[in-house]
Amino acid sequence: MKKTGLLGLLLLQGALANVSGFAQTPEGPPASEFSLSGNWFPLYNEDLPERGGGPELVDYLGLPITNGARQMALSWDPSRMTVEEHQCQVHVSPYINRSPTQLEFWEERDPETQRVIAIKLYVSNYQQTRTIWMDGRPHPSEYAPHTWMGFSTGKWEGAVLTVYTTHIKQGFVRRNGLPESDRATLIEHYIRYGNLMTHVSIVTDPVYLTEPLVKSEDFSLAEYTAISWTYSCEPVEEITGLPKNRVPHFLPGQNPFLKEFAERHGIPMQAVLGGAETMYPEYQLKLEQMLKTPAKK
Amino acid sequence: MTKKVFKPSPIAPHVASIFAAVIFLAATVLADAACARQNQNPGNPEIQVLPVQGNVYMIAGSGGNITLQAGPQGALLVDTGNVQLSDKIIAAIRKVSDKPIRIIINTSVDPDHVGGNESISKAGMSVIGGVVGYSAQDIQPGAPILAHENAFNRMNGMTGGKPSWPSGAWPTDPYSSSPKKLYSNDEGIEIIHVPAAHTDGDSIVFFRRSDVVSAGDIFVTTGYPVIDIQRGGSIAGIIDGLNRILDLTIAKQEVEGGTYVIPGHGRICDQFDVLEYRDMVTIVRDRIQDMIKKNKTLEEIKAARPTEDYDARYGASTGPWTTAMFVEAVYKSLITEK
Repeated sequence: MKKTGLLGLLLLQGALANVSGFAQTPEGPPASEFSLSGNWFPLYNEDLPERGGGPELVDYLGLPITNGARQMALSWDPSRMTVEEHQCQVHVSPYINRSPTQLEFWEERDPETQRVIAIKLYVSNYQQTRTIWMDGRPHPSEYAPHTWMGFSTGKWEGAVLTVYTTHIKQGFVRRNGLPESDRATLIEHYIRYGNLMTHVSIVTDPVYLTEPLVKSEDFSLAEYTAISWTYSCEPVEEITGLPKNRVPHFLPGQNPFLKEFAERHGIPMQAVLGGAETMYPEYQLKLEQMLKTPAKK
Repeated sequence: MTKKVFKPSPIAPHVASIFAAVIFLAATVLADAACARQNQNPGNPEIQVLPVQGNVYMIAGSGGNITLQAGPQGALLVDTGNVQLSDKIIAAIRKVSDKPIRIIINTSVDPDHVGGNESISKAGMSVIGGVVGYSAQDIQPGAPILAHENAFNRMNGMTGGKPSWPSGAWPTDPYSSSPKKLYSNDEGIEIIHVPAAHTDGDSIVFFRRSDVVSAGDIFVTTGYPVIDIQRGGSIAGIIDGLNRILDLTIAKQEVEGGTYVIPGHGRICDQFDVLEYRDMVTIVRDRIQDMIKKNKTLEEIKAARPTEDYDARYGASTGPWTTAMFVEAVYKSLITEK
């Protein structure tokens, strides 16, 4: 509860701060007293099923998805990942922090002034390096390419590193087929307190989310580094004999896994299909009522 | 009977305050980050020149995207944008290259891709002459315009009716045998005909050393693909064209980078962007095809909303190419194939 209150205050502080400070002076921001440099291990104290083994099919609980997102996920056949060009795809920056093996932060400084030009972040899974520009540069043209990690700018707001990311590729908001569009943007707050760090992300997707999606993960500063830092992916022909250029998908109404998660866990279908109301604690009251009233067969 | 009292989670009282702060912060940051956005004034479009890779640049904001290959031999263009923006396009080219415009290639016959043909060609220079050397007298104004012969025939009225463009805009060097090969600015270039796709005269252009593909309107990021049935387009051709583009692309690492693709409209892309678009078009085709097999009428198919999951990203209810028009074009295309 104390942590929640602190989080709320920090976020409010960030909201009230002069956000135009992202456009810094040409010299860049002053060197911050705070730093995230080092290696950080994730703590799996929340959302473990999604972050660990992964979500089950047709589990859209707790996500503010549009009906379009729902339809796309229901048509998504996991066999899509066997398509050669899909095999090595990477989780986009709004999602990749859900289960990294390790994060490594370091700073790149102007050699003359020692001002921080950029904070670099290496994410061990999928071997992705993010650059968080701290020098006030603008985001690129809307015609610039999109990448898995996007284009990020950041600023310190007290002890909180706030990062704004655009130009993100299309990806998953949950890796059971729920999409995130290439129009999504990401705001992150890296909140360090001693050797612990909380990462809060706010994803805004005008295409597939009805409202911003807020998630958090905790990390611990590591005294040692992980053994495995690389991700070697080479697409291969996983299933021989299939037609070239196939796109595995389920036709409308023909997803064979539609009820599997709901029936296995005794959750009403209306709930597993997600939506903004399933995010909020008040939904527990509605869920209780739904469980009391069996669905008509 | 004991009344069960449900106690909300301790976090509940804080949710509203946290969310208010989050939403406010998100809104202000999003508004502030508009500093790099494109000029939204359609009356005074901002032409942008973006380096893509190697010798290749993209000129955007001119209608359809224009590809510019610049080097010591001069400037090679793929498409020429809208007719009224030719001066701005030439000025944009001059930001990158002060060499003559040597060659123009058209990916189709759309006005936003060929509108500048005449004026930009006139601003260019061509080298003619025999196999055995040439002299300064053989250099004359006017860059040649290459396109597939079907595109040429549509522009000069050979397919029936009056010419759709003045003769100065017509391709001067139509090709029929695909691929047509060039060598310009130290790299091989393939001009590949994609039959019956957006139209029957489409070309994609592959810059082999720069590793860039100009896709024309076979691939766009701004909407559903335009299938011009009347000018020989088809959904099968669109999908074949997208697959052809995928065959040409090689990703650098984890399906990112490597070969870049310049769409007919929209941002610079790579293999994964084309892949997702190909998947979308194929899935929509499959859905409509399934409904045709079940003897659904066009109106029934439209009512079933086979594009619902993609409409928020690619759909339009107004304008020159709506979702309904796309669904109808796919339907008619599939009916014709039967």
